[in-house]
Amino acid sequence: MKRSGKISVIAIIVLMLALPNLLIAGETLDSVKKKGFVTVGVNGSLFGFGQPDEKGAWKGLDVDTGRAIASAVFGDASKVKFIPLTAVQRFTALQSGEIDVLCRNATRTLSRDTAMGLNFATVNYYDGQGFMVSKKLGIKSAKELDGATICVLPGTTTEQNAADFFRSHGLKWKPVVIEQTSELAKAFFAGRCVCLTSDASQLAGTRAVSPNPDDYMILPDIISKEPLAPAVRHGDDQWRDIVDFAVLAMINAEELEITSQNVDDMLKSKNPKIQRFLGVTEGNGKSLGLDEKFAYNIIKQVGNYGEVFERNVGVNTPLGIERGLNALWTDGGLMYSPPFK
Amino acid sequence: MALKQLPASKNTSFWQDPDKRSIIYQVFTLGTVLMIGYYLFSNVQANLERQSIATGFGFLDKEAAFEIGESMINYSAADTYTKALFVGILNTLKVSFIGIILTVFLGTVIGVARLSSNWLIAKAAAIYIEVLQDIPILLQLFLWYAIFYQFFPSPHQALNPVDGVFICNRGLVFGIPESHPAHTYMLIALLIAGIGIFFLRRWAGKRQAETGKIFPLFSVSLLLVILLPLAAWFAGGAPTAMNTPELRGFNFTGGLNVSPEFTALLMGLVLYTAAFVAEIVRAGIQSVNHGQTEAAMSIGLKQGKILNLVILPQALRVIIPPLTSQLLNLTKNSSLAVAIGFPDFVAVTNTTINQTGQAIEGIAMIMAVYLIISLSTSVYMNWYNQKSKLVER
Amino acid sequence: MAVIIHTEEHVNLKPPTSTTGIIGWVRANLCNTWYNSLFSLLIIYILWQVMAPFINWALINANWTSSGAECHQSGGACWSIIHANIRFILFGFYPPPEQWRPLTAMIILFSLLIASRNRNWWSKNLLYTWLAGLIIMGLLMKGGLFGLTSIESDQWGGLPLTLMLSVFGLAAAYPLGVALALGRQSRLPVIKSLTVIYIEMIRGVPLISLLFMSAIIFPLFLPEGITINKILRAQVAIIMFTAAYVAEVVRGGLQAMPKGQYEAADSLGLNYFQTMRLIILPQALKIVIPPTVSVLISAFKDTSLVVIIALYDVLKTTQSTLSNPQWMGFSTEAYLFVGMIYFVCCYFMSTWSRRLEIELHTGR
Repeated sequence: MKRSGKISVIAIIVLMLALPNLLIAGETLDSVKKKGFVTVGVNGSLFGFGQPDEKGAWKGLDVDTGRAIASAVFGDASKVKFIPLTAVQRFTALQSGEIDVLCRNATRTLSRDTAMGLNFATVNYYDGQGFMVSKKLGIKSAKELDGATICVLPGTTTEQNAADFFRSHGLKWKPVVIEQTSELAKAFFAGRCVCLTSDASQLAGTRAVSPNPDDYMILPDIISKEPLAPAVRHGDDQWRDIVDFAVLAMINAEELEITSQNVDDMLKSKNPKIQRFLGVTEGNGKSLGLDEKFAYNIIKQVGNYGEVFERNVGVNTPLGIERGLNALWTDGGLMYSPPFK
Repeated sequence: MALKQLPASKNTSFWQDPDKRSIIYQVFTLGTVLMIGYYLFSNVQANLERQSIATGFGFLDKEAAFEIGESMINYSAADTYTKALFVGILNTLKVSFIGIILTVFLGTVIGVARLSSNWLIAKAAAIYIEVLQDIPILLQLFLWYAIFYQFFPSPHQALNPVDGVFICNRGLVFGIPESHPAHTYMLIALLIAGIGIFFLRRWAGKRQAETGKIFPLFSVSLLLVILLPLAAWFAGGAPTAMNTPELRGFNFTGGLNVSPEFTALLMGLVLYTAAFVAEIVRAGIQSVNHGQTEAAMSIGLKQGKILNLVILPQALRVIIPPLTSQLLNLTKNSSLAVAIGFPDFVAVTNTTINQTGQAIEGIAMIMAVYLIISLSTSVYMNWYNQKSKLVER
Repeated sequence: MAVIIHTEEHVNLKPPTSTTGIIGWVRANLCNTWYNSLFSLLIIYILWQVMAPFINWALINANWTSSGAECHQSGGACWSIIHANIRFILFGFYPPPEQWRPLTAMIILFSLLIASRNRNWWSKNLLYTWLAGLIIMGLLMKGGLFGLTSIESDQWGGLPLTLMLSVFGLAAAYPLGVALALGRQSRLPVIKSLTVIYIEMIRGVPLISLLFMSAIIFPLFLPEGITINKILRAQVAIIMFTAAYVAEVVRGGLQAMPKGQYEAADSLGLNYFQTMRLIILPQALKIVIPPTVSVLISAFKDTSLVVIIALYDVLKTTQSTLSNPQWMGFSTEAYLFVGMIYFVCCYFMSTWSRRLEIELHTGR
């Protein structure tokens, strides 16, 4: 007993040494500032949105959104910690305060905004659920999928959307649902299912990583609206505003044609809109409780929305996604930022 | 000097009276546990309220609105969550039940092979046991599943080893008899045969105890099990129509389809658990003293009778308790189905949590279901252990 | 009485060749009956059928250092997936320049384990070395002292995470398990029933449900504003789970103690704690060393379930590698590699436990 007693004492001490992460949080911004970094919940295995590369560095649109928030708060995009979460974990991780903001391709819905105690910020990606099939089948529409086995990427609205779609068209189908995204994609490519359904962006991502992307096509049917947005806890308005305007700053910068390359030159711009936006004319930062240069820092360190989009999911990446709905409103898309004043 | 018993309570202080002290200990422990419990409970309450998260089991009556890949009962997305969860429980029980039967069989074979006098067989069994025991079950599941869908062809090039049986990466498909009332009669007949055998056994045992005459129980039972359902089949009109699978559209329709997920899960569970069961069987057989065999031979029992009447009853006493715990492990490990997409209870609950956001209720249900399975098994096992306890003089 | 004396040279006859050497061995071990011969042939045939293509695939035609694209061309195994991603598979998100630290920590752990295999070295000093080793390992991983940069535990991953979860899991679960076992043997009804409820409840549910609980709902049990790191929560779940199994193992040891030991202790006037500490536990715990190693083995294997709650242990890092476009489709190779790691570790421990069982004469 003596021995084991000592072992236990020491073990507990070692454990405490090793993992002392009892964080005391008050208001989110204060606690974030106190601990010195933003904790962001991300997907972890979704190419183009949130996935580590072979060196363990995080890459993706959602990841860059997290970095933008860190730049806004600290003026340093590296002061951010990414926590990979499964679909089931993501909302409780946020509710419990384990993460400060959730950037994990989460669809904004009414029940999530209410019954789950969340608040969604500005949409950083407009998506819709689609279907991917092998070209060999010669299918033109999802309505021809009667009797098919369909791989469903785990995601909370996906299973329900698919069920609704097939029910409303009176079609039969059989789902194969696997929690591990990579496992499911492999199963689809090996021919386990006729069809893979998920958000169109995810489908593009999955198609891009397939051994032969040209053998597969995404059907034109989009069966749902999926506005993907960062989420924060209900009840902390200041933090919600910060997350909101960090996303909006990227959109606004694109509209004002400010990029990470020309942002230093733009500081000298005579345009009052740009002066206000970049904090040359002060006021915006103070209202948010941030540094006056928060937008400058975001653009300088992360880039504007167009840059982030093209870098992670755009036509020159393996995903090859067109801007579409995610283009600026001036180009016929939905990305629209209120004025920064 | 005569010793007088001193009245304990008078001279001992309050702290030194073991009875009182034990009461204090217990009150203290209980109090601590209750306080921690209350503390956690009040935190949960406060957290849920503060973030206005929905609570309660009200969602059970709502429409589930998701499909389930395999179901033993009729289920559609329009049914309630309760029914969806019930489908999940049935799937868990199905894979556990079939898994347990196969595991006991395979484990016994390997356990006996481990003791074989053939060096090659014994070594092969030993390697099997060592390797399969030492690799985590989850990894094995991933591996089997990956191999299954990578190795087998698509439905259009399905392997067709026997007429009416197809193997492809969508699973194993084979013909089953067209449903007919005669099948129900056969099931009833089988049930009657089972009950008959039970009473026959009791009667035969009693007769043997009284008169010493041995009744050929095994062969009679076998005959009953075969003949009664066969008679029912003839009585029902001897239907022979088969429901054979046919490739229509994307998939096979008709027949019975065993999905790759189910197969991979079953294979993983059976192969893994059988390694442990084999060790248990080996230990059980080795635990029976060789003198027992010799004694049985010396009183002139035949080889088969020695195994049946002397070795097995003693070995089983050693085998059964650890065997039960392994089979319970199999049932619990079936919860890993969630990783490879078989819709067992945990997987269905997971989707439910996903959709309703009510994690506490969901996980409580998972725990409750497994606890009920485990506890009812332990109650039965305790009863069995009591019954089969060695009666010593 | 006549005495016969052999005068001629004694000739040492060799036994017939059919009973010695390879032929004799084959006869005795492979072909002692006709059905055994048949089985032997069958097994050799199956081995040939299975092993030849496997060796061809895994060794002869294999790619060792090529790129993923070249792998897709060739038919052999693609071990390059391991070669190219070994750092991420083994160390996860740990910053590359600092990866010597988890490596050193693992080397310390393995040398301690190997040292403990030798029973002659079992002494107090070894115990202190273990403690020192564990502390050094923790420090190495965590950093923040002696000029090492601090690495937060959520950047830990890969094999060190797997090892830490199991080693620290058992180290913390062991005393808890002993306490639970004592509680279960207790005469005090409240304590006894509480421990029985705990043990039976934990043993009755799958580990995955406890992990779900730790990952998903445990944060809701804490007051507002306090959060505990995800890895630590999973560690606590593993400790709670392992403790219940340790308790059952230790209970076996306690029940094996003859009543005389308790009576002797009573007659010496020892109180409950003295009896347990000085008389019962030292003997009981010695008996249960081999089954404890089995618990350690299953704890080690069970840590792989943290994959399901998205902790990057060695299995998860491997899977993450597999979702990279370049390496997709080589899951068999990757899983075989991880399987090898698990097998080597578990085999090491199980042979150790078997040897201990013989040395300690506790096997029956």
